[in-house]
This record gives sequence, structure tokens and C-alpha cells, in this order.
Amino acid sequence: MVRHAILQLKPAKGQIGRNLEHLEAALAKLATEEVDVAVAPEAYPTGYFLQGGVRELALEAAELEDRLSAWHAAHYQKPLDLIVGFYERDGGDYYNTAAYLELGGRGLLHRHRKIFLPTYGVFDEERFLNRGHELKTFTTRFGRAAMLICEDFWHTVTASIAALQGAEIIYVPSASPARGFAGARPANVERWETLARTVSGEHGLYVALASLVGSEAGKMMSGGSLLAGPEGEVIAHAPPFTEAVLLADVDLKRIPPVRYDNPLLADLKAGLPLIFPELRKIVEEL
Amino acid sequence: MKLIRGATNHEVLDLNYPLVAKTLVRFIREELNGRGYEEAVVAVSGGVDSAVTLALAARALGPDKVHALSLPHRDSSPESRSHAELVAARFGVELETVDITPMVEGYAEQTPGITPRRKGNVMARARMIVTFDKSEQYHALPLGTGNKTERLFGYFTWHADDSPPVNPLGDLYKTQVWGLAEHLGVPDEIVHKAPTADLEPGQTDEADLGVRYRRADVILEHYLKGYPDEYIVALGYTPAEVATVKRRVNRTHYKRHLPAVALLSSTAINEFYLRPLDFRTEDG
Repeated sequence: MVRHAILQLKPAKGQIGRNLEHLEAALAKLATEEVDVAVAPEAYPTGYFLQGGVRELALEAAELEDRLSAWHAAHYQKPLDLIVGFYERDGGDYYNTAAYLELGGRGLLHRHRKIFLPTYGVFDEERFLNRGHELKTFTTRFGRAAMLICEDFWHTVTASIAALQGAEIIYVPSASPARGFAGARPANVERWETLARTVSGEHGLYVALASLVGSEAGKMMSGGSLLAGPEGEVIAHAPPFTEAVLLADVDLKRIPPVRYDNPLLADLKAGLPLIFPELRKIVEEL
Repeated sequence: MKLIRGATNHEVLDLNYPLVAKTLVRFIREELNGRGYEEAVVAVSGGVDSAVTLALAARALGPDKVHALSLPHRDSSPESRSHAELVAARFGVELETVDITPMVEGYAEQTPGITPRRKGNVMARARMIVTFDKSEQYHALPLGTGNKTERLFGYFTWHADDSPPVNPLGDLYKTQVWGLAEHLGVPDEIVHKAPTADLEPGQTDEADLGVRYRRADVILEHYLKGYPDEYIVALGYTPAEVATVKRRVNRTHYKRHLPAVALLSSTAINEFYLRPLDFRTEDG
């Protein structure tokens, strides 16, 4: 069992130090829960909507790692894995990045730079950020993992690639302004749950979604963080809009029997050579 | 064999009003707290928009943290005044009255030939002056009451009704404000009366606009989403109504923006230099 804490947090815009302290305080409250892996939302240290302010507030991955490692060393005996979304500065380039930090261990284990930068409607990411160009799974202390950020996950092909590369769990930091108020919950919250259940059920893996909350100048980040299990079931679900911590165990040993009963991933591997030429043709014609 | 008909499949304006109310209450609380405020000022006209805003503010902050202002002019309809009192009583908020007649008439006396329309605009701007001064007095943030329909039509006095820094109703059409008003328990006589700016005697919004709100809102929703005119007309709206709505929207874009600034550099504010309104840095 791998104990996960999904942190649905509300940052104060631009207040990096204060926000990291808030995250650390949330984790400190879980001191007796023996958390193995904690997941924080997209762009958590700064808030999501920065426009050109990304240039002022982006962090180098090493800065973030150093800060959180120092805090971990002062408070923890055992390692803690932490996934956190942040705006990353790398030389003159800026990315919307998720870091997987094995605190008290190997440090920055992996970083995923968001590939699908929404630049439509209320979103304007590609104006201020570079795209990431890689989608790779990686091995944690517990198993094989992938990270996808927000819109990355809205294209289910990315999760399919991660699953084909062996991911047993996909971590999804996100920031999603609430919109669509005709139903029981905001339409985007419904959509996130549908996506997470579809992906986890199709590939027999876990999906851990950590979604930002708080009003950013009227854009109400919706939350609705969740953990979905390998049969497409929702194991834990946070309410919209309000700060919450989800605490749940991930049992990676469930994956082989679930996949045996429902071998869609194996079928995809078997069928991929048949459909791949079509996919290649589409890409070549772009 | 059983025949099963599919659900209708078109744009709908009807919302889950309890969810909307909950969300707007949270919006008010978070936007005020983020700016260092715990109290709000709401100018209450006796109409449905300010009634809904007051109800939301009272829920968000507590009635004792909300300052309701009645700002009548001697030419205002007595019904507006009594409805403002009714709303304040319904939501348990104390109502403070400031008569704007001396402010408005002090200017009007020096301005021979001032038309009713110009005087109406002076009234709206006098109300803005009082609202912001009360904001300073009580350290309470003014809440705007403008709805999406009037914002899209530019049917408001520029730099008056649109000036408060936080507006919970600005993305709700008038039709939706009515729905929310019913959910929040705004008194029936206010929800169901003909909307009026009450800046000129006998004025009603729908006579001024030349289209009914309930019809305008459906047209607006489709127009904003990019449906062509023929599609909207096929829904049962006249070409004249569609044209009226589009004309009002497209003549008033300037009222929804800051003033045009001559761009001379590559650091022009809001053109090149882009920061969201809540942007802060740690040393800022």
C-alpha cells in the first residue's frame, strides 16, 4: 500500500514563500498518517493566472528542490515523495512544469513540462510559456509513474502513451476555472471525473488529480481533486472550491488482476501495430 | 417497441441557482479577503440586481458587515425607495440614506439647459462618488451590481454603475439574475416589476432597449457563442431583434474597456505589459 495525500490547496497570488509554508503546514498536519506520496496542484507556488508575470515568478527546479528538501530534512526522518506543479525557469525558457521530488532520497526524480498549453477562451499559456516536448514514465520507490498537467490529460492519447510505457499511476496537477453552472456540479468538475474514470478504467491504473482552488480575480478555480482506481472507480473525491486533503491508499498489487480480467491495455499493445500506420500518416500530413 | 425520444439539445440559460449562489458567496468572500477587506458597500436601488447583490453580500460576510446605501434624488420614484427598504429589511442589513439631490442640483443650477438624460448621468455619477466615499469611511469594498445583459448593451452610465472593483453578477444575464433572485428570496414585487434605471420619470429598460430581456438574453448567448443570425432567427427571434441586440453590443465595446492609450513603446500597459489584476510579488 502506498499512502497518498492529495492536497487541494488555495495559493495567494505570487506569494511563493507563504504558499510553500502553507503546503508544508498541510503536510505537517498529516505527520501521524505516514504519507508516502503527496500531490499538489498545477502552478501551486504562485497561483495559475500570471500572464507576463511568469517571467518574474518562475523558479528554477533546483530552487524549489532546495527549499523543500531543507524543510523535509528539518521535519522528517523518512523520505517523502512530493509532486508539485510550478512555473519553471530554465535559462531564458519558461515552462509549466510538474516536479517529482523524492525528498530525503534522490531529490528531483523527474520533471514533466506541460505539452498541451491551452491558448483559447480564458487561457493564454502559449503566449507566455514554452511547450514541453517529452512524455516519459519513470520509476519511483513504489512503481512506475507518469505526470501529466491539466490539458495534457484532456487528450486521452497522452494517458494511453503513459500506460503503454508501463505507468501504474498518473499524477495530474491541474488548475481549472469553474464554468458551466447548469448541473449539480460545475461542468468542468464533471468532465474531470469522467476523464479520470475513463482513463483509469481503460488502462487499469490509478489517476491522482490535484486541482487548485481559490478565486483568481473572479476565475474560481474549481478543485474537485480525486483518486481513481484501476477499475475506473473513484476512491476519494474532494468537494469543489474548498481546500481539502484527500488521504487514500494506492494498492499497485491490484493492477495485474484487474488488467487480467479486463485486458484492454494488452489489446491496445496487440492492436497498435495495426492502427499505427494510420496514426503515422496523420502525423506526416500535418 | 418502445420509442425513446432524445433530450432537447440546445443552449440553455437556466442555471443551478443554489450552486450559483454558493459560488458567488465564495467569490465575494475571497475577493474581499484577498484585498484586505471584510466589509462591503452596496448601493441599493430597489431593483432586482442590487437586491440580489445585497443578498449575496449578506450571506458572504454577515448582514452586519454590509453597508446598504439608499441614494435617492428628489425625482426618483417613491417605489424605488420603498423597495430598497424592503430589500434591506429582508436581508437584515441596515439601510443608510444619502439624498443626492443637493449634489446633483448644485451642478444642474449652474448648467442651464441640462437635459434629463445628462442629469440622469450626473445622478449615476453622484451615486458613484457617495459609494466610494462610504467605502473609505467604513473600510468596506463597493460591490458592483451590473448584470451581463446591461454590460453587453452598454446600458449603464460609464464610470458610474460599472466602477466598483468587485462584481458578482457581471457574468449573469438579466434572465439568470431573476432566477437567482427567486432562489435567494428577493421579494416578489421586486423580482416581477419592470426593470428601470429610474434616472428619468417613467423610464423602463425594455422600452429604452427596444427588446425584451428574456428574448435578448437568448439572442446574446447564441451571438456570443458564434451562432449565425439565421440560426437565431430559426429559433423564433425576428431579424429586427437580432439586429438590435448586435448593434447595441457592437457600439459599446469601449464601455467594457479601459480608455484607448496611444501606444508608443513595447512596454505599453495592457498591450505588451500584461499582468492580471490580482498579480502580486512577494516584495510588492
